[in-house]
Amino acid sequence: MLHALDRKLLRDLWRLKAQALAISLVLACGVAIFMTGLGMVRALEVTLEDYYNRQHFAHVFASARRAPASLLRDVEAIDGVQTAEARVVGSVVLDLPGRAAPASGRVISLPDTGPALNVPLLVSGRFPSETAGDEVVVTDRFASANGYRPGDRFAAIADGKRLILTITGTVRSPEFIYTLPPGGLMPDDAGYAIMWMPETAAAGVFGMSGAFNDLSLKLRRDANQQAVIDRIDSLLEPWGGVGAHVRELQMSHAFMQAELDQLRSMSAVLPPILFGVTAFLVNMVLGRIVTLERSEIGLLKALGYRDSEIAMHYLMLATLVAALGVCLGWASGAWLSSGMSQLYARFFDFPWLVQPHAIDVFAIAGLIGLASAAIGALRAAWSAAALAPAVAMSPPAPPAFRRGFLDAVSGWLGLPQTAMMVLRGIVRWPLRAAFTSLGLSLGVAILVASNFMLDSLDAVIDTSFFKSNRQHATLILAHEQPLSAVADARHLPGVLAVEPQFDLPVTLSVGPREKKLAISARPLGGDLARTLDVEENPVPLPEQGVLLSAKLAAYLGVRPGDMVRVTLSGLREGEMVLPVAAVTQQYIGIGAYMRLDALAALLGEAPRVTSLNLWIDPNELSELEAALKSMPALATTVMLTDVRKSFQDTISENVRINTVLFLTISALITVGVAYNGARIQLSERARELASLRILGFTRAEVSTILLGETAVLALIAQPLGWLIGGWIAWAMMAGFDSDLYRIPLVLTAQNFASASLVTLTAVTAAALLVRRRLDRADLIAVLKTRE
Amino acid sequence: MSSTRATQEIPAFRTRGITKIYGGRGTAEVRALDGVDLDLPEGELVVLLGPSGSGKSTLLNIIGGLDHATSGEAWFRDQELTSMSDRQLTRYRRDNVGFVFQFYNLVASLTARENVALVTDVAPDPMRPEEALALVGLQERQDHFPAQMSGGEQQRVAIARAIAKRPGVLLCDEPTGALDSKTGTAVLAALEDVNTRFGTTTLVITHNAGIRKMAHRVIRFQDGRVVEIEENKTRIRAHEVTW
Ligand SMILES: Nc1ncnc2c1ncn2[C@@H]1O[C@H](COP(=O)(O)OP(=O)(O)OP(=O)(O)O)[C@@H](O)[C@H]1O
Ligand SMILES: [Mg+2]
Repeated sequence: MLHALDRKLLRDLWRLKAQALAISLVLACGVAIFMTGLGMVRALEVTLEDYYNRQHFAHVFASARRAPASLLRDVEAIDGVQTAEARVVGSVVLDLPGRAAPASGRVISLPDTGPALNVPLLVSGRFPSETAGDEVVVTDRFASANGYRPGDRFAAIADGKRLILTITGTVRSPEFIYTLPPGGLMPDDAGYAIMWMPETAAAGVFGMSGAFNDLSLKLRRDANQQAVIDRIDSLLEPWGGVGAHVRELQMSHAFMQAELDQLRSMSAVLPPILFGVTAFLVNMVLGRIVTLERSEIGLLKALGYRDSEIAMHYLMLATLVAALGVCLGWASGAWLSSGMSQLYARFFDFPWLVQPHAIDVFAIAGLIGLASAAIGALRAAWSAAALAPAVAMSPPAPPAFRRGFLDAVSGWLGLPQTAMMVLRGIVRWPLRAAFTSLGLSLGVAILVASNFMLDSLDAVIDTSFFKSNRQHATLILAHEQPLSAVADARHLPGVLAVEPQFDLPVTLSVGPREKKLAISARPLGGDLARTLDVEENPVPLPEQGVLLSAKLAAYLGVRPGDMVRVTLSGLREGEMVLPVAAVTQQYIGIGAYMRLDALAALLGEAPRVTSLNLWIDPNELSELEAALKSMPALATTVMLTDVRKSFQDTISENVRINTVLFLTISALITVGVAYNGARIQLSERARELASLRILGFTRAEVSTILLGETAVLALIAQPLGWLIGGWIAWAMMAGFDSDLYRIPLVLTAQNFASASLVTLTAVTAAALLVRRRLDRADLIAVLKTRE
Repeated sequence: MSSTRATQEIPAFRTRGITKIYGGRGTAEVRALDGVDLDLPEGELVVLLGPSGSGKSTLLNIIGGLDHATSGEAWFRDQELTSMSDRQLTRYRRDNVGFVFQFYNLVASLTARENVALVTDVAPDPMRPEEALALVGLQERQDHFPAQMSGGEQQRVAIARAIAKRPGVLLCDEPTGALDSKTGTAVLAALEDVNTRFGTTTLVITHNAGIRKMAHRVIRFQDGRVVEIEENKTRIRAHEVTW
């Protein structure tokens, strides 16, 4: 049998259903996002750790031009090294049957003894036999994107040699969970292949018999990572080493970490906001209920109910609202996480993804949800328990309104009486008014942040593709070539303009700070690949000195006029000190730029090229593509038009998902706060408003008084929301700031206006719902009921 | 009947020098009770009369365990109320006291039966809610909400709720104050019935001097003191009360 008090609970809940639902939805949103964030972070972390351990993902990576195989013994002898593996890797151009667009690939050797590190995981077929010269395994993604199965063949051009390769199987590798083709910004499963070939065959293809050019290390737990890297660098230096790097700088791993960071920051910002708003709403609504039920509380006490039972009664009301929110949150969280898993499965190549919805994730999210409602309910429950029964039974003293500051101001401004009533309402409960405004401003802030993301990515695309990298395609050459390669490329079909680029691997250092990268040298007056100053205007390459991207300059702590030490790596040896001529703006990667002829002069060589930027006649694209397939000196072709498109497509899809998500969150918060606030004002002012109606005020006038307070608070919330949103945007910008990419802080008037428009519309909708209740209210009944 | 009452050794309520002072510290002090000495024998129907503000409700609150006295002693049977903690007072109310207030004090979201169940859920030896409602003649209305009942009916539900726990004492603060004579009579009849049927000590505060003739004992209050105690030799029945 349900106790009478429990029945009261259920009936009260039913009476409050609209308000309860508004609160539940805010809470559900918090639970769902928290669950998804926590679940996905944990699933990814566990998956990565598992995958890395099982496939022996290396800790340190290094490459060299060509190192003798015997060097491996010295590497293995380094203190702290557990396992070392030498490989031969090389780039190839692919000639895929049925694909016109250029495709390229990376060949990695499989040691005869079987790989000990970065072990590929077989998905189908078998590994190539040790002695086979034409067998490879390829990534499963590449195979499925092109419809290849074990047994199929394709052609690859390596070092000018055309090879016909047979696919014996498909694999996945912990090194290539996320793979970007050279020069690409998005994965290209069909156009970029990673393939593994037996050691002997790979050495034959790339002329590396008895040598290696790639090194992976697994370190012991107690190893001094930096010491190992320094030692590797000095061992490889004579052999064209370009510097060892840690796992954190490995491309695939770095992207995974960036994704994890983003997830973590999403779960650090949004759920606390939503849980906080929930606690506030519960506090506000329950506080009002306890005030309204003051005499019922006194009665229950007179009947012998304990303080704890009464407190529990009100806590239970909050708990039921929270329970509904938690259940809705669980359902939508499960849905959101599975959507997220699918999204990840598209971008990341995992062999398995640990279930994001583990039972403890549900439990933690549920407990936090319940706790946030309970925290909101505590004050009301406590005040119900603390009411002295004799006091509770007598009617409350009317609130003390005093003539004061406000009256003086209004007298001076000549405010009408209705405006006074609105203002008095705000001043009477200043804390509640402040929190209501804050709640509404969070709704605005979330939209500002979401709009910022859009605007910022637009700016990234605009800067990266329409202002700086304007070329249609980039041909990356297999080897350095003399400047005459420019003229050769000019004769390819459909090529309208060619600009050379020379990438020189170096270490830039200023004092103890250093960065390994390539200086890109370009001809003066280049019009395709351009450097931009911080205002995003093209900046000419200096006659002397080097341009550094802002992020790099900040890292090295230099400004224009300062000097940087340039240590050559790779094939060349030497050191020079160059002045920083200017700082440039770029959002993707970091960079250092020089004039082609200036660099050549410094090196004391004739200018050379490593890649060619092309301006193409789109009508002759297919002829060009056909010609590129058999161009011997080519390592890779990057079609920037395709890169742009896939980047824009991916972003616009993410943007769509984000917009829906953030719009929902913002609307739920705004409606939840505005609706509950207005309902409470309606309940507090019902008698007053009914009296006014009887005195002859119109419905519209009475609604103005009721909704005026909400309107004033919503208006105050706008600038506050812009401010908080701007701050969130700034924090996001700071959070995204890595060597891989960063985003500019773009806050436009349009952003603020659209955020305000959306939230004010939501406030208006909530206010209209409450106004309808007011219009329907029975004046006589309101006056008759005893408070 | 009066002889059996006289043989009771311990009165239902006994107070000595009960004083209640409100306010102080800044606001003016109000001496609501100023040394009340009373003995209310078990099983009596007692009427408390007095002008507004004389301290009647204050006394009822103290002996009902709703409030603490400033000084003095109050006893219910052999329990000293004035030395009890809030917790013990709650226990005392739950086990022994039935209240009826001027404004019907029903929980608006509960039906008549559920309002009664509010008490039977927590009392040690209650009757069934239906039984209690039958005693006040409302068995037909048990599924109605307060808003669907007249003032008199609501007050009878409140009485049913008060008696459903089979309380030791029934404390009524102006139970007919908001009612007309006809409904008021029905409420008084219900109280009278409970008093005679179960021998429940019943204290009724009223402004209606006519009601005093129903009582075994009439206590007059003035300025926080008892000014007169009168025992009725003959009592009239509830339906004979004039308004
Ligand atoms: N909470 C309180 N704070 C201050 N004074 C109080 C409080 N409660 C009662 N009083 C004062 O104590 C005195 C006695 O009040 P009480 O309610 O007992 O009177 P009463 O005899 O029941 O009057 P009525 O017939 O009008 O109900 C009054 O002067 C009243 O103003
Ligand atoms: Mg009174």
